[in-house]
Parts: sequence; structure tokens; C-alpha cells
Amino acid sequence: MAEITLRVSRYQPETDTAPTFQEYAVPLREDWAILDALNYIKDELDPTLSYRWSCRMGICGSCGMTVNGEPKLSCGTFLVDHAPGPILVEPLRNFPVIRDLVIEMTDFMHKLGAVQPWIIRDETEDDPSSELLQTPSQLDDYKQYSMCINCMLCYSACPVYGLDSAFIGPAAIALAQRYNLDSRDEGAAERLDVLSDDEGVWGCTFVGECTRACPKGVDPAGAIQRAKLVAANEAMKAFLLPKWAR
Amino acid sequence: MTELRQRLYRQRVSLFWWLSKPTYLLFVVRELTSVAVVWFVVYLLLLVRAVGAGPESYQDFLDWSARPWMVAVNAVALALAVFHTVTWFLVTPQAMVLKVRGRRIPGAALAGALYAMWFLVSAVILWLL
Ligand code: SF4
Ligand code: FES
Repeated sequence: MAEITLRVSRYQPETDTAPTFQEYAVPLREDWAILDALNYIKDELDPTLSYRWSCRMGICGSCGMTVNGEPKLSCGTFLVDHAPGPILVEPLRNFPVIRDLVIEMTDFMHKLGAVQPWIIRDETEDDPSSELLQTPSQLDDYKQYSMCINCMLCYSACPVYGLDSAFIGPAAIALAQRYNLDSRDEGAAERLDVLSDDEGVWGCTFVGECTRACPKGVDPAGAIQRAKLVAANEAMKAFLLPKWAR
Repeated sequence: MTELRQRLYRQRVSLFWWLSKPTYLLFVVRELTSVAVVWFVVYLLLLVRAVGAGPESYQDFLDWSARPWMVAVNAVALALAVFHTVTWFLVTPQAMVLKVRGRRIPGAALAGALYAMWFLVSAVILWLL
């Protein structure tokens, strides 16, 4: 069977000060994604290789890597599309590397929590026996943003985040919008404090690369610009109108 | 935990990150062309000042504007400003979501409306001249 070479970034914190590349030849099977090739390497060639994965079907968001310079889900990127190779496999950019292809994501987890990505609502008036109904049009308002799988490819693609990791970043803002635009949610004002911060939506310069990188069609860049509009509107209102009229 | 943190390898963004992808380069060029927009604002302010200072200074301003290098500067600035406008119109539908009777207006229609407005305003100004 034909083979293809993977040049995989290796970093062993016990011995290395910087990553190096190691080459592996794997069978070029038509139905193999990069992740299948990595599993083959781990099982057959080199058990010391470390990387993250779980669902192998574009749902869990844990297998993000840099493939030939682009942020990709390794379970959804096929060997044949990069033949004849060699294929460069590196950890996601813009994150510290723990080992080989495994990155440190605590920063993203904090940012995700900061935007309170859940429905905030005063339920005292709600009738517990009835559902909160939504029209298809209301569902449409946020559905796209709800497709996010927290894979962080957008952070890896974003030069603003790469240069200043304090920026809250694309997915966190898209998820804030996911709840802000939900007709059942009442938490937009609470989230606005985080979003209208300097490190919030205003950090974004609309490079748009997050949207191109997103494997789920979330369009975080669009979400950020819409959030900017809301933040600017609220700031104008706070400036111009007396408290009771806002 | 601290021990682990110290051993993390920190990836750095190269100074030339904007050359690493065509889309990054397009973004940087779009941002730089805003200088042309600033130039036209300055030019307009100079014109207003010249008009305010009387017919003589207005004539001076016209003479100054007719010099070959000024014509060249303005031609280049116009090209850059057009590029700036077009690239912004390209991304506007992403930032603006308008709904009519529960349906989202398609991006192409929105961009079309922007172009129509642009040409309308330009036509009105040309007619005024
Ligand atoms: S917005 Fe897209 S690229 Fe970013 S984390 Fe969510 S799914 Fe991944
Ligand atoms: S393994 Fe779950 S998204 Fe790739």
C-alpha cells in the first residue's frame, strides 16, 4: 500500500527546551483522517506520542491541531487531501504546549465561564408546568452560534489573541451572543460588562480569520461585530439618556 | 502545578505573521488604506479653510491642487479609499443582521443596497457640482 509521511511536532518537557519534528511513514488509506494516522503511529510505531481526541466525528472539539499551517480538526482532515505529503502536524497555535500536540487550555476555560454561557432568567414568574416556547424565527436568531464545540480553532487562527492573550476571543463572544439572542434569556446586561471591556469585543479588529477557521459554521467574527453594535448603543444610551429612560 | 507551568513551551507570534497567509495580508492592507480616508478628511478641511479665507486663498488652493504631484497623490488616495470601501462593504453583511417579517435579509441584498447608496450619493454630489 502507498505511504505518506507525517512530520509531527514533538515536545517532551522533561528533556526538551523547544519542539522538534519527527517523521513517521503511515499507510495512505483513502478513509483515514490525520487522527487515524496518529492513532496508527501510537499503536504501531511510537507509543510515546501524545495528543487529544475523543469522538473522532467532529463533535467533541478536542482534536484541534495545526495541519500544514492551518487550524483543523484532525478527525475531519483527510490524508488524501494532503497527498503526496509530507504533512506537517503541529499543536494549535497561540496556546502554550504541554507535550507534543497537547496544548494548555485553562485560559479559554476561564474566558468561557466569564460570559456565563447559560440561560439567565428570573424564573419566579414562570409557570413550572409550561414550556417556554420559541418560534422558528426566534430559534434562527441564535442557532448558528449554538453549533460551537469549543474546539478553539478560532483562537488559534486569531492574530489578535496570539499577540495579546488577554483578549476574550472569538468563541467566548459567539457563545455570549448565543444566549444574548435567545428569547428566553434575560442576562444580556450582565454579559455586557465583560463584552464591552477593552479586552472584550473592542479587542477585535475584524481580521475575520476565526470565521474561516471554524469547522462548524459558527461565524464568530459576525457575532463579535454584532456585539460591538450593541455595546456601542448601550454606551451611547448611558451617556445621553437619564437613568429612568434607558 | 507550578512545576508543570514552568515547563510549558510558549509559542511566539512572528513579527511577520501578517505575511504568513493571504487573508492576513488582505486585512493589514485594508487597515492601512484607512490612511487614504484620513487624507481626504484633511484635504476637505483645507478646502473649507481656503474658502473661508476668501476668493484669493481659494484660488491658491485650486492652483495647489492642480500641481501634478497633488493630482498624483489624490489619484492614489482615491484608489486606496475605493479599495477600503469595497473591502468594508464585503464584510458588512456579516456584521449587520436585518430581519424583515422574521426573515433575514440575504447578504448580497444588503451589500447591493450599500453600493446603490454609494452611487446615489456620488451622483447627487456630481449633480451639485
Ligand atoms: S466558534 Fe467554531 S472554531 Fe471557535 S471554538 Fe466554536 S466551533 Fe471551534
Ligand atoms: S475527535 Fe472529537 S472533534 Fe475530532
